[in-house]
Amino acid sequence: MIKAEWFYWLIGAVFLTMAVQMLRDRTNPKRRGTAAFWGLIGAGFVYSTFVVDKTAPAEPLGAAVLLMAVLAGFGFTGRGAVRTDHAQRAASAARLGNRIFLPALTIPVVAMLCAVVVKGWRIGRTPVLEPGSETILGLGAGAVIALVVAMVLLRERRPAEPLHAGRGMLEAMGWALLLPQLLATLGAIFQQAGVGRAVGGITSQLLPHGQTYTAVVVYCLGMALFTMIMGNAFAAFPVMTAAVGWPVLIQQAHGNPAAVLATGMLAGFCGTLCTPMAANFNIVPATLLELKDQYGPIKAQLPTAGALLVCTMLIMALFAF
Amino acid sequence: MLTLIGVLVVIAGFATKRNPLLVVGVAGVVTGLLGGLSLRDVLAAFGTGFAGSRSVTIFAITLPVIGLLERHGLQEQARAFIGRFAKLTTGRFLTLYLLLRQLTAAVGLQSVGGPAQTVRPMVAPIAEGAAERRHGTLPERVCERVRSYAASADTVGLFFGEDCFLAVGSILLITGFVNTTYGTHLEPVRLALWAIPTAACAFVIHGARLLCLDRALERESAAVGAPQARRSAGEAAS
Repeated sequence: MIKAEWFYWLIGAVFLTMAVQMLRDRTNPKRRGTAAFWGLIGAGFVYSTFVVDKTAPAEPLGAAVLLMAVLAGFGFTGRGAVRTDHAQRAASAARLGNRIFLPALTIPVVAMLCAVVVKGWRIGRTPVLEPGSETILGLGAGAVIALVVAMVLLRERRPAEPLHAGRGMLEAMGWALLLPQLLATLGAIFQQAGVGRAVGGITSQLLPHGQTYTAVVVYCLGMALFTMIMGNAFAAFPVMTAAVGWPVLIQQAHGNPAAVLATGMLAGFCGTLCTPMAANFNIVPATLLELKDQYGPIKAQLPTAGALLVCTMLIMALFAF
Repeated sequence: MLTLIGVLVVIAGFATKRNPLLVVGVAGVVTGLLGGLSLRDVLAAFGTGFAGSRSVTIFAITLPVIGLLERHGLQEQARAFIGRFAKLTTGRFLTLYLLLRQLTAAVGLQSVGGPAQTVRPMVAPIAEGAAERRHGTLPERVCERVRSYAASADTVGLFFGEDCFLAVGSILLITGFVNTTYGTHLEPVRLALWAIPTAACAFVIHGARLLCLDRALERESAAVGAPQARRSAGEAAS
């Protein structure tokens, strides 16, 4: 069985190799800090395997994570010089034509095949792909196969070349790559420390008793706002549902549970569209696209999110009762 | 109530544009300590949090191949490619991508698209290429806007598509939470069906805004001045 942990080791190895390349890159004025940051992430990916199966303590990894935050947060990381220019790339594109799309499209096609077809494959009784991890394994397999296709197509024999190219993109992203994982941690700490209970308490105090439509607005708005704070609708959902959704909308007002809860969750998604706390959806794309304005995608999504939030309230008010 | 100070740290940090890693690190330590965790507990929370959330960083595995292809002109070819479809404007192309992203996510294929896999190498350059063909060189501000909208089409499509799929995290969270907490038997399929009205609204609203982008681009390029607009997109691409 191909396990998700193997795949994390592969990513760890890629990060560690790139860290070595970074250390050697003399065009990067901050090469040591950069290499330390990505080396720590790579080592963390491998060490995490033992944290997950509880054979190693989590504290050293936690200390390493805080060290990564300090390295990137206080500007100890940088980037090397870019190697190709526009004329070279345009000439190469003209020579290859649309064939260059082939490896890029290989990634989604393989990911799709793994999620749909390979998912059902078994050797004896064991599934080929670890159950529950088929999509991420598909993405990994897609990336590896696409790399082979690309190297054959481009007649590139040196495996260091794609690593150098990917490293350039990593350096351009910098701290943004770590942010989503750090935010997931913050969500867990918020949960342990009782932030959810505190917000739930405030919400139920604000709620006037017995007014269904006000409760609909409070539930949807609360889902969106709380999601913006936590960066994730999953954290907001249990809190808001325990405070308003279940006791008021479903028990008192006899709302249709499926309609109330599904629409409430989507109201939370409207919040996700507007918050830098959902870094993997909002900040990572901005850095990947090398935008000057980190909040560009959020600004593009804000009006849609506002209008959709009103839609969720209307759908719930009209169809759930 | 003291624990809410951590939330304030986050809001203040983002509002004053401090480095997000530091903001989140500090907020985590502060919240943990105020919430009664020991320093060791806080460190352990950061460790297990990192280990448990590695799946959000896996897109990094696609960077070597995407980087290699970009060095050989993937973005340039994406811009050239759109040149053959004269009717496909930026807004129309992004609306089409939004629809595709929603439909694929709705059948469970969330990882088919994404900012690293599709938006950076193909969707954003095609959207920019379509804008350049009509309006010539784009000022940087407009370029940023087109790319931001490309990212938004991907994210909106994913969010409001995936919830129509039964086995997605959010649906399983709803049924898991409600069925264990309140002892009900909520079926995932009914939740997925009830996600469809909002998904349809999302397509209509965001699709309409993407189509409006075309008109906004026209206005902005007219404001910048006609001479620039006449230059061919090919020599203007940067």
